[in-house]
Amino acid sequence: MNQIAVIFFSAILINNFVLIRFLGICPFLGISQKIETAIGMSLAVIFVMTVASLATWIVQTYLLLPYDLVYLRTIVFILVIAVLVQFVEMVIQKSSPTLYQALGVYLPLITTNCAVLGVTILNLNEAYSLIEALVHGFAAAVGFGLAIVVFAGIRERLELAEIPEALQGFPIALIIAGLLSISFFGFQGLL
Amino acid sequence: MNDLKVFWRGIFDENPIFRLLLGMCPALAVSIAAGHGFGMGLAATAVLVASNILISLMRRVIPDSIRIPCYIVVIATFVTMVDLVMAAFVPALHEVLGIFIPLIVVNCIILQRAEAFAAKNGVWRSTLDGLGMGVGFTLALVLVSSIREILGSGTLFGIEVLWFWQSFEPMRIMVSPPGAFIVLGLLIGLINFLSMRKA
Repeated sequence: MNQIAVIFFSAILINNFVLIRFLGICPFLGISQKIETAIGMSLAVIFVMTVASLATWIVQTYLLLPYDLVYLRTIVFILVIAVLVQFVEMVIQKSSPTLYQALGVYLPLITTNCAVLGVTILNLNEAYSLIEALVHGFAAAVGFGLAIVVFAGIRERLELAEIPEALQGFPIALIIAGLLSISFFGFQGLL
Repeated sequence: MNDLKVFWRGIFDENPIFRLLLGMCPALAVSIAAGHGFGMGLAATAVLVASNILISLMRRVIPDSIRIPCYIVVIATFVTMVDLVMAAFVPALHEVLGIFIPLIVVNCIILQRAEAFAAKNGVWRSTLDGLGMGVGFTLALVLVSSIREILGSGTLFGIEVLWFWQSFEPMRIMVSPPGAFIVLGLLIGLINFLSMRKA
């Protein structure tokens, strides 16, 4: 139980996927103009990353390891994730049109979110058990969501600020991400 | 557009990191030391050129509706090859780059070149495009990581460069994650500023 708590908090705060591990930078910079879209994106990512952790753990344990195919993990995992994202999209579309409306546009983008492939490979490298892998996938996605929502809040304020022309857009966003990253550094001593 | 221009624009006008702003994750994560940035750049270049060639060869065979999964499988195959080759011949570099080698698969720049260029152009031009983009990506990574390495540890490619500056204190922040964001942000700002002055 203790081990699970350590994995949970360290994935959210200490090894935050976006700000410390640099995974999922593209959606972090691309879809953080508004808080609502950031929340929609984070919910979709939390869902996909948790399910992807489960699916790739099963593939790894029952398919790749017994048949000695671990070297194929990159190809297999990216396919699993692509299929999963497509499947989730169809299920949500049929079962809950409101949720589909909210998440719709972000779902296809998740396939190329490196945080999803990253978490599945990290699960494998750390040799997590099923429960640990699930908790890690969920917590990493929550960390991603936390970072992107905080960042979107700052960027909404930024629209009113006077920024030098050369720094507008991406450069200032990166510098702010750097400052956020420094503040997340403060969590290093937590555990 | 002539062949030479196809090659050169990846390096300057459409540099993946400074201009197209694609492939930021590895640019931030592995730029702690110039050697790491260079190795990452070469690995990505190899995948980019190989996948551009193969996708360009197969562009009339791949059905339009499932092209993205096809591209991803092609790219993932080359990434696996690069991954295994690096593990065998440069194990130390393979160790430090860690999960960012398999993650070349989801590097947006490679899929973007497949979709935007290799799928519409011949083999020769796609090779040049992949090479140009790869060199541009490598140069950008080396630039970012050199700045971080010099300021953060006082060395460049592992060699002391600030020997004349006795009182130099390495800035730890430069080799830690926040430094990556700040250096890249300021560099893109500087490049924007210079190109605005020119215009």
